[in-house]
Amino acid sequence: MASYLATYGRVHTARPLPGEAALCVEGLTFTYPGSSSPALQDVSLCVQPGEKVALVGPNGAGKSTLIKLVAGLLRPPTDTIRVYGHPAGSCHHHIGYVPQRNDVDWRFPVTVRQVVMMGRYTHLGWLKWPRPIDREAVDRALEVMQLTELADKQISELSGGQQQRVMLARALAQDADLLLLDEPLNNLDVPTQEMIFHTLEQLAQQQRTVIVSTHDLGILPIHFSRAVFLDRRVVADGPVNEVLTAETLARAYGVRLCTDHDESGGEV
Amino acid sequence: MFQWLIEPLTYGFMQRGLLAGLLVGAACAVLGAFVVLRGMAFVGDAIAHTVLPGVVIAFLNGVNLFVGALIAGIVTALGIGWFSKDREIQEDTAIGVMFSGFFALGIALLSRVRSYRDLTHILFGNILGISAADLWIMLAVTLTALLAVVLFYKELLVTSFDPGHAVAIGLSPGLVRYGLLVMLALVIVSGIQAVGVVMVAALLVTPAATASLLTRRLPRIMMLGALFSLLATLAGLYASYYGGIPSGPTIVLTLTGMFILAFLFAPGRGLVWR
Repeated sequence: MASYLATYGRVHTARPLPGEAALCVEGLTFTYPGSSSPALQDVSLCVQPGEKVALVGPNGAGKSTLIKLVAGLLRPPTDTIRVYGHPAGSCHHHIGYVPQRNDVDWRFPVTVRQVVMMGRYTHLGWLKWPRPIDREAVDRALEVMQLTELADKQISELSGGQQQRVMLARALAQDADLLLLDEPLNNLDVPTQEMIFHTLEQLAQQQRTVIVSTHDLGILPIHFSRAVFLDRRVVADGPVNEVLTAETLARAYGVRLCTDHDESGGEV
Repeated sequence: MFQWLIEPLTYGFMQRGLLAGLLVGAACAVLGAFVVLRGMAFVGDAIAHTVLPGVVIAFLNGVNLFVGALIAGIVTALGIGWFSKDREIQEDTAIGVMFSGFFALGIALLSRVRSYRDLTHILFGNILGISAADLWIMLAVTLTALLAVVLFYKELLVTSFDPGHAVAIGLSPGLVRYGLLVMLALVIVSGIQAVGVVMVAALLVTPAATASLLTRRLPRIMMLGALFSLLATLAGLYASYYGGIPSGPTIVLTLTGMFILAFLFAPGRGLVWR
């Protein structure tokens, strides 16, 4: 807890180190407290700035766990994760995290604008009010995600697709360099998916790094150049058409279909 | 009618009771909004009960009840967090254990209190017996609570709405929660003088719950809650003055009645519209 106290809103000195990978995971093994088998075993992967990577795999493969470890929601073993050359946790403000739907209390009374402003909190910190620069960033993000007219609505009044756009707008307002999106495409209509992909593509062109976990394999070939197939270990990593082989597909949909370890369920 | 309404308010003890209702109601409504929306009603009730030993010890030693209650409340707030820290036991289990243990200690100590009258005041409150000194303490508590909510509003929002994002930007939801629990302890203690140990959770939960049925905006939930508390306090004062009915139960019953009305008739959301 003490280390978290120190990072929120402090003047951020940890800048991306030139020439470093956006994300480097090396030999990461992670076991949930009280669990007997590791959720991730010996995972290694590197993602360069400007890459757009799909994280795929069956339920319980550890996609969310990996994302939470990178975002700092779970504590990784020392020296296994580096973000822009820094140890995980020391540069929170560079990471925009969009959690799974279930992790958010959508009924809590906040307006769309307030949620998007939460992306600016990391630049503010304790006892600071939003400045004009923060309000401008929020307005821009709302505009990009076509939410300007909904800005003063309660988040609970929005449709699922609109809520997902709000979460992405928040990540945009944060001006993060590394975006982690955990199953952002579930149950979204096609126009919303297209809008989100379009935005992610533009971010990648600005040398931002995007990692998206999904189990919707159909969309991969169109929107991603690289996929990482995770099943507690990295099974395959490379161009989408090489990763989506008969073997990996069977693994995703066949062998482990009846999994005892539902990712969206009991785990933290 | 006018005379009937105004006459009681010419007495100092009635004025102090009304002011106390205003102060306690405002503080409880503002924090209560978070208690209700974050699903912390059980914690609120627990803290209310666990302050009993603190109140009794202070009473027996002639110390201001507020001091004893505050210490006990903060010990509870921190204790709940400490017991459930490693998730070895669930938080509601930790609350259940602390709650009954402290309450039992309070009841045991109550046997040392001689007069039945003092005892009922602790258990059920005595809004007509509030002194000027009590009012100053209530004012300080209410201002502290309101100031804390204003200063940490954005942290309260983000940890309530999306704790994952809070952690990702380096803000600990646990820390915010501790702070909220300590504030709750503070406010609950000042509410005890109005409605007593047994019913103070009603001031925290019921007005905010009623208001959240009527509006979806957080600031309005807080303001409406404060208004409901004030109205209930008035009802309690008059019932006591004219009917000789204890003020505490009247206040709580009035709040409960408002809740039932809102639950049935809230525009668009009440039971009768569904």
